[in-house]
Amino acid sequence: MSAHELHAGHGGHHQDDHHHDDIHVTRGDYVKGFVLAVILTAIPFWLVMSGAIQDRTTAVLVLGLFAAVQIVVHMVYFLHMNGKIQGGWTMLSTLFTIVFLAVTIAGTLWVMFHMNAAMMPAHP
Amino acid sequence: MSDTHTLPAGAAALAARQYHLAHEPHPENGTSLGFWLYLMSDCLIFAVLFATYGVLGRNYAGGPTGAELFDLKLVAINTAFLLLSSITFGFAMLSKQQRDVRGTLAWLAVTGLLGLAFLAVELYEFAHLLHEGAGPQRSAFLSSFFTLVGTHGLHVTFGTIWLVTLMIQIGKHGLIPENTRRLNCLSMFWHFLDVVWIGVFTFVYLMGVL
Repeated sequence: MSAHELHAGHGGHHQDDHHHDDIHVTRGDYVKGFVLAVILTAIPFWLVMSGAIQDRTTAVLVLGLFAAVQIVVHMVYFLHMNGKIQGGWTMLSTLFTIVFLAVTIAGTLWVMFHMNAAMMPAHP
Repeated sequence: MSDTHTLPAGAAALAARQYHLAHEPHPENGTSLGFWLYLMSDCLIFAVLFATYGVLGRNYAGGPTGAELFDLKLVAINTAFLLLSSITFGFAMLSKQQRDVRGTLAWLAVTGLLGLAFLAVELYEFAHLLHEGAGPQRSAFLSSFFTLVGTHGLHVTFGTIWLVTLMIQIGKHGLIPENTRRLNCLSMFWHFLDVVWIGVFTFVYLMGVL
C-alpha cells in the first residue's frame, strides 16, 4: 500500500510481479557503478604507485577526495541509496552516521595530535 | 482553579482522538531498514578503528613502516577481487529479480569464490607479515593495522559463510519471499564491506606508503 506509493514515485516502469519489498535494480546501474568504481580505484593506485604526486599533503587530499567520491558511487549504484526508500529513514540514519563518523574521526585526530604537540619537549 | 479540572471532559468531546491512522506511518518492510541500521552501527565500529589507526598509524616503535611492509600490487589485486565480487553480487540480484534460481545461485557462487580469493590473499599477506616479525605485537602501528584490516577480513569471512548458507537455502526452497529478503540483506552487507574497503585501501595502504 504505502510501499507501492513510495515505489511508484521513483520507478516509472516498476513491475509488480515480484515481492513488493524489493527495490527494483537495473543492469545499467550496476555496470555504471562498476565502471565508475574501477576508474576511481585505478587513478589513486596509479598516483601512488607511479609517484606522480610528490607533496604528501596534496596526495592525502587527492586520495581522500577520490575515496569520498567512490563511496558515494557505491552508495548510489550498489546500495541503491536515495531519499525515498523506507520513507526517507535510510537516508536520515545514513546522514546521522556520517555526522557521527566525522565527529569521531576528526575529533579523535584533533584531540590526540593536539595533545601530542602539547606534550612535546620544548626546544627553545 | 476549579476551571482547569472541568476542562478535560469538554476537550475530549471536541477532539476525538484518532487511534487508527488511515495511512500506516511505518515503512512496509522493516527488515531492510533494520538491517541498514545494523550496518550503520557497524560503521561506527569501523569509524573508531579508523580513528585509532589514524592516531597510532605512524608510531613504528623503531619497527618497520608501512612503506617498507605494504605490497601495493597485492592490495590492488585484492581490491580488484572485492570490486568484481560487488558487481557479480549485483548480477545475482538481477537474476533474483528475474526469478532465475539457477542464475542467482551461479552468480552467488562466483561472488563467494571472489570473496574466498580476497581472504586467501589477505591471509597470505598477514602470514607474510608475521613471518617477517611484523606481527601485531611489534608496534602500535601494526596493532592498529591488524585490528582494522582484520576486523574487515572477519566481516568478509562471516559474509562468505552467510552467502554459502543462503545458497543452500535457495537451493532447497527456491526464491521464496524469506530468501529474497535475506538476499537483499546480504547484498547490503556485501556492498557495505566494499565501501569499508575503499577506506582501508585509501587510508591504510595508499597513504601508508606515501
